[in-house]
Amino acid sequence: MNEESQQEFSLELLRSGDRAELARLVDVHSTKIYRLGLKMLSNPQDAEDVLQNTFLKAIQALPKFEGRSTISTWLYRIAVNESLMLIRRRKPEFDFASKVEGEEDDEILLTQFSDWCCLPESELVSSEAQKYLDKAIQELSEKLRVVFLLRDIEKLSITETSEALNISESAVKTRLLRARLQLREMLSKYYGERLNAEKTG
Amino acid sequence: MKKHLNCGALLESLSEYVDGVLGDALCAEIESHVADCDDCRVVVDTLKKTIYLYHETSEKTEIPIDVRTRLFHRLNLDDFIQEKKQV
Ligand SMILES: [Zn+2]
Repeated sequence: MNEESQQEFSLELLRSGDRAELARLVDVHSTKIYRLGLKMLSNPQDAEDVLQNTFLKAIQALPKFEGRSTISTWLYRIAVNESLMLIRRRKPEFDFASKVEGEEDDEILLTQFSDWCCLPESELVSSEAQKYLDKAIQELSEKLRVVFLLRDIEKLSITETSEALNISESAVKTRLLRARLQLREMLSKYYGERLNAEKTG
Repeated sequence: MKKHLNCGALLESLSEYVDGVLGDALCAEIESHVADCDDCRVVVDTLKKTIYLYHETSEKTEIPIDVRTRLFHRLNLDDFIQEKKQV
């Protein structure tokens, strides 16, 4: 996604206020930004606010955009800031830069060892499973969630994720591993039950 | 059973391993460990599947038409609303 989307758009046209080019930029990136907002905030109205504000701010800031990161990463960065702002509004004590609890030590709990990979696809992505996937991701702390969303759902690289979040690459890696393992634990509980039901049923 | 690598050490390289960016030597160590250690094999497999499932199912989330329409309106791009989406 990285290099391609950079070349897809003319920064010159965008900066000069070319509306057709802007409409194209919006159409290519709006689904990703909306999806990020939705999974970050779990509320369609908030996601729409994030979406609109992201593009309004991007349009304002375009003249200052230096192209050091890709347009895509830059838009994610604005969208993340908008999302965090809404979160801070709900929880004023929220501090994104501070360390995640236990970020330093390596005690990561693994408790689930059921091998649910072999469940049929229909079971893995049933609408009930989908609801559980959504619920599980909301149980992650915001700091872990946003790293997982950017890296594993939007497929940004470690470097791009660190640029979008303004945290170090090593913090991205630590948070990513924790997010992944926590989700794996939760999914294992859910699918493990399905697996047992299938064996006994 | 030779265990060059214990389960805890595997955890440290787990992300890089499932992302396929781990060096050959460490990769080989992990593979020989999971061949002997069933718990770690399951952790690796289910972790890969977890990541895969989230990516796959998220791809289905598209911006709703009315949200797109309001966005274009808010950005003063109403005259481009009808244009075909190119994604
Ligand atoms: Zn092991």
